[in-house]
Amino acid sequence: MTDHPLLRHAWIPVLALAVLAPALVSSYDLNLLGRFLAMAILAIGIVLIWGEGGILTLGQGVFFGLGGYSIAMYLKLVSLDPGYLPDFMEWSGVMSLPWWWVPFQSPLFALLAVVLVPAAFAGLFAWLVFRRRIAGVYFALITQAVALTFATLLTSQQSTTGGYNGLTGFTTLFGMELGTDGANRTLYWVTLGLLVAVFAGSKWLMASRYGTLLRATRDGENRVRFLGYDTTPYKVVAFALSAVFASIGGALFTLHAGVVSPAFVGVVPSIEMIVWVAVGGRNSLWGAVAGALIVNFAKDIVSSAMPEAWLYVLGLVFILVVTFLPNGLAGLADDLLKRRRDRASAPDAALLEEAQ
Amino acid sequence: MLDATLFAGQVFNGFSLASLFVLAALGLALSFGLMRVINMAHGEMLMLGGYLAYLTYLIVPGPAAILVAMPVAFLGAAVVGGLMEVTVIRRLSSRPLDTLLATWGVSLILQQAARSVFGPIGVGVTAPDWLNTGFALGSLYFPSTRIFILAVAVAVLAGLGLLIARTRLGLLVRAVNQDRMMAAASGINTRRVDLAVFCLGTGIAGLAGVVLSLLGPVTPSVGQSYIVPAFLVVVMGGLGSMVGTTAAAIILGLVSALSQIFLDVSMSQVLMLLFVIIFLQFRPQGVVATRSRALEG
Repeated sequence: MTDHPLLRHAWIPVLALAVLAPALVSSYDLNLLGRFLAMAILAIGIVLIWGEGGILTLGQGVFFGLGGYSIAMYLKLVSLDPGYLPDFMEWSGVMSLPWWWVPFQSPLFALLAVVLVPAAFAGLFAWLVFRRRIAGVYFALITQAVALTFATLLTSQQSTTGGYNGLTGFTTLFGMELGTDGANRTLYWVTLGLLVAVFAGSKWLMASRYGTLLRATRDGENRVRFLGYDTTPYKVVAFALSAVFASIGGALFTLHAGVVSPAFVGVVPSIEMIVWVAVGGRNSLWGAVAGALIVNFAKDIVSSAMPEAWLYVLGLVFILVVTFLPNGLAGLADDLLKRRRDRASAPDAALLEEAQ
Repeated sequence: MLDATLFAGQVFNGFSLASLFVLAALGLALSFGLMRVINMAHGEMLMLGGYLAYLTYLIVPGPAAILVAMPVAFLGAAVVGGLMEVTVIRRLSSRPLDTLLATWGVSLILQQAARSVFGPIGVGVTAPDWLNTGFALGSLYFPSTRIFILAVAVAVLAGLGLLIARTRLGLLVRAVNQDRMMAAASGINTRRVDLAVFCLGTGIAGLAGVVLSLLGPVTPSVGQSYIVPAFLVVVMGGLGSMVGTTAAAIILGLVSALSQIFLDVSMSQVLMLLFVIIFLQFRPQGVVATRSRALEG
């Protein structure tokens, strides 16, 4: 896709537009865009694990939630008057702050938790499963069970997690008042910056030796083993990285949306995240970012016009894309460019034949 | 003494839960063993069975309604399953993970269709009087519905076992299961066998839906609440083995019911998942392993 000289530099105007977006769109649209860029960070993680690693995970919502809840717990605590507990705890008759809430009074701990908690959890889980060579459909189903269990747990432990309603009602972040135009712009730029960093980092990683081995593992795991590599660490690292990206995306999303709840972490949202990447293209970082934006803007438009229709559209799009466009829009774009190039070089071939 | 009663009661509940898991998972395991695909819309076949039971009750009320509803639901779900196999699954047969995703799309559409037709709130199916009883044994009470469900599960297992072991279709299924290429080479129409098994599997799910409708309202998402445990049963059972699926269902049913003596439902769900992951540490190939020298199966 980057062969064409015009396309090789297409990222420059796209990035320039993205940086200038706060001056170009309404604050409502900017908020939406910020949310969807946060989701794009998660989508890049799915490219790593699913596109490059060939491992389908149906549990990214768990890590999205871990990031979201980590930051939300800090926000909840920092907006309290001293000596008070979060509102939902008081309604449930909880007398003192649960021990696992206490460290989240520190902003530094909350930020570290956004990265370290999902990395540790995903690393341990993936190591346990991959070590025993459980893969493919089995892995997908187990991750789905993790998503269901996590969502059920969050919903049922009402008194310490906020239950079905989740955590909301945030006022300040690191001393900055949330909800103002200035805060929204800052958050947007932070999100964009992190997205660019994650994008560039992933691109570098996939071009490295690690990326080559990960792809080799996807295409012929036993062959890689016969060459003397232990494939488990490669897969564990890919899964943990995708979990960290999901968590960062979840934390940023929570800041933009002002709420985190079990509705973002369960089975259905976790598969929706796969839909973004399936639509955009599972083997393309560009595709994943575009897919996250396109699917989410489409969802926003369709579900506000005809709420009933969205699930039909989503289901149908998913069936069609998976069946007929396995490499998504990025794959389609690649094919089109290739056809043009072939056509452009076709006369040369004809001349060559004539000459012979 | 009280503890022993509680324990015995939970063991019964465990088997009762296991019978639901078996009914929900058998169809999945069958087609997974044969075609290596997981049908994410399998839960919606349960839902379809439930709604077909509801419709049957409207048309033929009376004590025998449930006996009419069972074949109706079986056939209805089998036909829908057959349509799915021909339109979606067959196209993707070489890409099992993509099949899983495409069937999830089907599942979303079916759920939303149920919501449009029957409304988001569940419809109730009243159990016939002859199931509204139960009998007491000491201080334990066994509701008839639960015993009926156990009986259905046992009957389905026995029927399926006979079908696989004794009939011509069963012979073909076993042949394709053992070696698809060889079976095809000796003239078996493997595609037709796939289709038959897939229909049979979704039919059993339809039957399971009728049974579920005895326990609670039929809602558009009723299938979702049983399908994830059913997936775990398939993962734990080992490649599509009937014995493995049954054993895994019983183990998980008991783990879930017994852990609920001292844990709440959500924590017991966590425990069940941990149990599966730990179990797979020791037996990654599942309860019943298929012995094979193939490197990649």
